[in-house]
Amino acid sequence: MQMLRFEIKNKPQFGDSHSAGTLKTILEDTGIELSSLETIKAYNINEALSPTEAQQIKNDLLCDAVYQESREGFAYAKELDYDFAIEVAYKNGVTDNVGRTTARGMSFILGRDVNFGNVRSSAVYFFKGKAGEEAKISIAENVLCNTLIEDYRIFTRESFSPIDYFSYQPENTGKPYFDVINLEVSDAELEKISADRVLSLTLEEMKAIREYFRKDSVKAAREKMGLPTDPTDVEMELFGQTWSEHCKHKIFAAEVNYKDGNETKTIKNLFKTYIKGSTDKIKEKRDDLLSLFKDNAGVVKFDDDYAYCVKVETHNSPSALDPYGGAMTGIVGVNRDIIGTGLGAYPIFNTDVFCFGSPYTEDENVPEGLMHPRRIFRGVHRGVKDGGNESGIPTVNGSITFDPSFLGKPLVFCGTGGLMPLQVNGKESFEKYVQAGDQVVMCGGFIGKDGIHGATFSSVQLTEASPTSAVQIGDPITQKKMLDFLMEARDAGMYSGLTDNGAGGLASSIGEMAQFTNGARLDLEKCPLKYAGLKPWEILLSEAQERMSIAVPKDKVAEFLALAKRRDVEANVIGEFTDSGMLECFYNGERVSTLDLEMLHEGNPGLKIDAQWTAPKQTRAESNIVCGYGELLKTLLARPNVASKENWVRMYDHEVQARTVNKPFTGKENDGPSDGGVLKVFPDKNEGLVITHGMTPRYSRLDTYQMTANVIDEAVRQAIILGANPDTLVGLDNFCWPDPVQSEATPDGTYKMAQLVRSCEALYDFSIAYNCPCISGKDSMKNDYRRGGKKVSVLPTLLFTVTGKSDDITKTVSFYFKKPGKKIYLIGKTKAELGASEYFEMLGIKEGIVPTVDNPEKTFAMYKKLAEVLKKGLLDSAHDLSDGGLAVALSEAAFSGNTGASIDVSVLGAELTAEEKLFSESPSRILVSVDSANEKAFLETIGQENAVLLGETNDSDFVEIKDAEGVLVRETLADLKDGWKTALDF
Amino acid sequence: MKPKALILTGYGINAEKELKWAFDLAGAEGTIVHLEDLIENKKMINDYQILGFPGGFSFGDHIASGKVFANLVKYNLFEEVKNFIAADKLVIGICNGFQVITKLGLVPSFDNSYEPVVSLIDNDSGKFEDRWVYLDVENDKSPWLKGLKKLYVPVRHGEGKLVARDNDVLERLKKNGQVALRYTTADGSPVEYPANPNGSVYDIAGITNEKGNVLGLMPHPEAYISKELHPRWTEGIVDEHTGLDIFKNAVAYFK
Repeated sequence: MQMLRFEIKNKPQFGDSHSAGTLKTILEDTGIELSSLETIKAYNINEALSPTEAQQIKNDLLCDAVYQESREGFAYAKELDYDFAIEVAYKNGVTDNVGRTTARGMSFILGRDVNFGNVRSSAVYFFKGKAGEEAKISIAENVLCNTLIEDYRIFTRESFSPIDYFSYQPENTGKPYFDVINLEVSDAELEKISADRVLSLTLEEMKAIREYFRKDSVKAAREKMGLPTDPTDVEMELFGQTWSEHCKHKIFAAEVNYKDGNETKTIKNLFKTYIKGSTDKIKEKRDDLLSLFKDNAGVVKFDDDYAYCVKVETHNSPSALDPYGGAMTGIVGVNRDIIGTGLGAYPIFNTDVFCFGSPYTEDENVPEGLMHPRRIFRGVHRGVKDGGNESGIPTVNGSITFDPSFLGKPLVFCGTGGLMPLQVNGKESFEKYVQAGDQVVMCGGFIGKDGIHGATFSSVQLTEASPTSAVQIGDPITQKKMLDFLMEARDAGMYSGLTDNGAGGLASSIGEMAQFTNGARLDLEKCPLKYAGLKPWEILLSEAQERMSIAVPKDKVAEFLALAKRRDVEANVIGEFTDSGMLECFYNGERVSTLDLEMLHEGNPGLKIDAQWTAPKQTRAESNIVCGYGELLKTLLARPNVASKENWVRMYDHEVQARTVNKPFTGKENDGPSDGGVLKVFPDKNEGLVITHGMTPRYSRLDTYQMTANVIDEAVRQAIILGANPDTLVGLDNFCWPDPVQSEATPDGTYKMAQLVRSCEALYDFSIAYNCPCISGKDSMKNDYRRGGKKVSVLPTLLFTVTGKSDDITKTVSFYFKKPGKKIYLIGKTKAELGASEYFEMLGIKEGIVPTVDNPEKTFAMYKKLAEVLKKGLLDSAHDLSDGGLAVALSEAAFSGNTGASIDVSVLGAELTAEEKLFSESPSRILVSVDSANEKAFLETIGQENAVLLGETNDSDFVEIKDAEGVLVRETLADLKDGWKTALDF
Repeated sequence: MKPKALILTGYGINAEKELKWAFDLAGAEGTIVHLEDLIENKKMINDYQILGFPGGFSFGDHIASGKVFANLVKYNLFEEVKNFIAADKLVIGICNGFQVITKLGLVPSFDNSYEPVVSLIDNDSGKFEDRWVYLDVENDKSPWLKGLKKLYVPVRHGEGKLVARDNDVLERLKKNGQVALRYTTADGSPVEYPANPNGSVYDIAGITNEKGNVLGLMPHPEAYISKELHPRWTEGIVDEHTGLDIFKNAVAYFK
């Protein structure tokens, strides 16, 4: 069949902002300056169409004649004036979302089905300007496409020849359906099997598996079932997946031998001792914690009719390789955790936190084989933006942190909160009700080799034929359709339970759900595939996106599948939940795996890890600087960690669903940085949800206990500032650590493990003191880069996300000064704590004392008083102090409110130096402004000892900070704001 | 009796819930209906007085925003929708819904031709942006806009730059009074980016059909249905009109 191709391009008079943006990115990322670019979209179609049909498709679907023009065939390559061109398309087998939508659109017009594989989209970039061959390749590979998932071809008018998009034919999977793996081999051979098959199983684990297969009872049973005595590849992959660090959290479950000086202790299990330990203790006094640590997300009671759930995940490695795709699957993946909680919740907010190397990193300092942090930043941001926006979920909270330690691996945290009725058809919504006999239904997308064993680099050219297993491709719209369908099916009582297919695919989701009934059977050939040629183990492990596994009672299957079809959602019965005690897989009727569920879930031998704490020395330090603080403040404000992220945040939809009453950026010009998100959950009620987070990896350089204390303190403090009721707070812990297991590659493993223990101890102490239990969490433990003797490890990082209920959102106070003549108070104590501060980082000073939360009980009592102050409506503004300390918080409150301020910091104590008063990052502090009519009531409620009067707002254009010796800072609002506002515009 | 509003959803529409809230708060009775269910039961449309095309990312904005959803309506429901409009009932398309009804030709529909002569294309900034904008209500002959002069509401889109096929189309839009809403500034200063957030010709934010009973607009009035949704409400700002007034107008039209 002759391939049909339509090329579409904007008419010249309408311009093309995308092309302009692409030229700018090329210049920024590669330094190559080109004079012009014309971009065309192409649709390559392998479908028999009559000439009339072809015209109809072109005119009604592909080309908008108001502003576009079109050609048939490879026309523009001959017609346009250009020096060179690059055509970009997805590799064979990679999901082509535009191609799929085009096929759907064609079917609407033609009134008949069009196979997804019969349409492939591509883009052609026609450049004018000079570029050598190497430069052209650089443009293609660094800007226009990601070679993991896309191919490109560079051509000129002379060298052009048409591209065949439809020659690739994958082969069907034939027998044998599995390999048999002999484990009766030497230790070295066992390790080699694990490495060659990318199972990531340790020698001890391989031996434990061998012991299982040596059991007489297992041998006899396998013989009876017609399985070989030795394990099949399907079974080994199941072990590899279920026992992976990602799924099993072996480090948090390990037995730790911890030494600090002469003190030694043994911790049986970090997770159970500290994280679950503190939550269990708090749970005794709270009745709003409905479901903890057992489902995809923790569930908390919201009111008498509704509950909410929250989950935060990391997607670091995928985002390092494919920033756009990795981050997008991060956000839509955590959305699915929420959709798959209990009987299903509807996502109502996202929160996104990133850590990157500095955007100003010199090229030669970027580790070999990795992308420049600016490119990772841009890609990650775009992925999260598209994922969130297209799903219709507002991004209401987040932050971006920069540090050289993230050059080796970016950290990408994606979180989502969801809302669910407390009862669904008379059942508690936060439980699952799966019964033996229920059918396993897989919903959503098709299965490909996506994400199997992570990424493998590929260098095939545009027309070469090979599916890539590299990375996952997200399609938010497929997922949105599935979400709407599942909510409809939930309310109609069509299923008994569901869960997300994320990491580990079906192996993980069915492996987990099988525990409800103690068994499951899968018929893998019934899974819909993107293309032929997948082996049974690949079908089981694929991380292809937008899929959920649902348990549907037999008598509901027909109506469930019928509704799925009406809602344009793929759904197929692929097996059954059983009570056999086994996870059994078949392919075309042949048994390919059968494993004891108990062995799979409880048989891991576990780890023993040593930890040795040697406290870094902390001594008070100071710079030699005695004047010019105004200039320093301006430089500090323009540093990436402090500077405005508005340019990026404004690209997120932060108010779809009409709930966001505290927006990420607010102020007189709508451009000041809020302390967190507040949602008015229902339009006719004033109850709300507050979302905040804390993260300061810098402090880990000195002490992870205080890093953790600060992080929890900050998140809780912000939640209180934004009106959360202190009795309703809950937290989520996300640890991202470098590998903490001592080995040749990690000679400082015992120290890193001790850092983890100390962090967990602080989490235990502070979650109890702040009545803020962890309801869910996730860890990512091997965030190191190694190549050619070079190693970059991330700073030990904890993201602590807090949510709480606001009893009355109409009492919410924003952070910026509103009017002149208001009293400015500082709540909390300022101490000589510049260690690891943004100010000392700027000056390159490594010494100093880390910010320390002294007395958590006393601090929380103060926060409760602050909550009283807010309830009484006594404040005009309240702003959290964080990076850059008092001077930065004051500047932000002033310039965001177009309101001058004059303060005297001598009241903070003569024992402090000027720079400590200005820039110390002592925790537990809040800058507030108060009308003099409320001053007395404010002081009585907060307590005289907790607040100190600093000065007043005024109608000048200046921020003025005085000390006993005179003026330290006097700068105009505009001067302070300018550098802050534009530093990250790129 | 409360007027009934049919709010379409499906295929990636995502702002249907708050559009229902808006109609309900304004005194109508909103019902969210999947497009597929309406196609299957076309007569259902006769039970309603108002038809809403909400915002979202139908079909992922693939090919062009709103295009594929518009085709689905065109090849299955076009007669019913035309009859609905001819019966003086009300239609509103917001954001992606505006893109859909524009590509379907419901606006501006000169001489009831339903010929698409304007389109909504990539913002000049090249970016999706969420920001609040001031709007001048250019004419209040549309039932949707009666009594309104100025509005402050958010835009949230990447493809909202209104372009006309040629200058005649633009002149005719102006002459007919079909330019419904224009981007403006708080203080009357010249309108530049970001006050005009996308580069729309003549700062157009919304247009109607000739009769005015079909309104399409990029900004989101349904995102401002309580005073706390204003970005600076904590300063005590209470606007005379919120987005809700557009929906109250629709309800009043049937009283």
